[in-house]
Amino acid sequence: MMNLIVVLLMFVVIGAVIAIWTRDLLSAVIAMGVVGFARTVVFVLLRAPDVAITQVVVEVLLLIILIRSAVRREVHTVEGARSVPGAAMAAALVAVMLILGVIAIRELAPFGQPAMARVSDAPSRAYVDKGLAETGSANIVTAVLLDYRGYDTLGEATVLFTAVVGAVALLRRKSRKEPPATETAAEAGASAPENE
Amino acid sequence: MKHLATEEREGMSTIVGTVTHWVCGFIILYGAYIVLYGHLSPGGGFAGGVILACGFMLLMLAYGKRRLVAALPLSTASVLDCVGALGFWLLAVLGLLIGGGVFFKNFIPHGVRFRLCSAGIIPLANIAIAVKVCASLVLVLVALSVLRVKARGSDEDFVTDIDEV
Repeated sequence: MMNLIVVLLMFVVIGAVIAIWTRDLLSAVIAMGVVGFARTVVFVLLRAPDVAITQVVVEVLLLIILIRSAVRREVHTVEGARSVPGAAMAAALVAVMLILGVIAIRELAPFGQPAMARVSDAPSRAYVDKGLAETGSANIVTAVLLDYRGYDTLGEATVLFTAVVGAVALLRRKSRKEPPATETAAEAGASAPENE
Repeated sequence: MKHLATEEREGMSTIVGTVTHWVCGFIILYGAYIVLYGHLSPGGGFAGGVILACGFMLLMLAYGKRRLVAALPLSTASVLDCVGALGFWLLAVLGLLIGGGVFFKNFIPHGVRFRLCSAGIIPLANIAIAVKVCASLVLVLVALSVLRVKARGSDEDFVTDIDEV
């Protein structure tokens, strides 16, 4: 199973590189789909069905929105030469993140094992042991999300709420109080002093 | 004028429409199942809410945005968005008021384990989050896929205001 996970993670890396490299927007979106679905299968193999369900549904929604916006536009390909300084900076950033990642991974539990295998008094140990008794929820992920870590979920819901409120408010051209013809009224007001 | 042509040909072919007609209800049903059994089996409010939004998105892709707006008017979606967010917050505050001064206190008795009606406020919180996520994503979807930026001086009749949808 470990080999299968490694193969899928290779798919993730290759898909991400293709998504950056290709100049066709639709190919880039499809490559991102490969990344997302390979990660979904990895989550299933690592026995995290909650994460896998969320990953697959968000991936489907995102892919279709991106495909729609990529296909509908007149621009289908990315034009222009690649800038050398930008590529050098990206390569340097990737190198730095790779080094930091290797350092961080040394501190983590072995791949595929829970973090509480490494730390003896980890809170997750208490969640697994007492979760059903304390919250009554058989799904321990839901028990953590909505009971032990309810503040985080409230914050996450607030983030989504704020984003949507901002988007809808920005896209509303007319205000509720004023009559709809705001622009023409402003133009009339600008030309009015000449008449008076 | 090209825009008008695509507008009249809203939605996809008859095959897609028929399959959507059969499948859409099951998608909504599956989303509701994921939400309501979120405390018993994998899933939960967020995942279920996204599945519900996928059902509405399928309606829009297959029949066009008018069908989506007929099924879930955008004003209703706005209201549901607020109701879901406030409902979740209200559950937390009720824990503060009823449950003895603890924010997010699970103040409803847990009930029998592994039953649908158990685990106190957790199923209610799942429902609130699902309503909120579904309405939010439908609004985002409409904002991203229907609205267009009108070029200065162009007389093409694009939808540029979310109230016009």
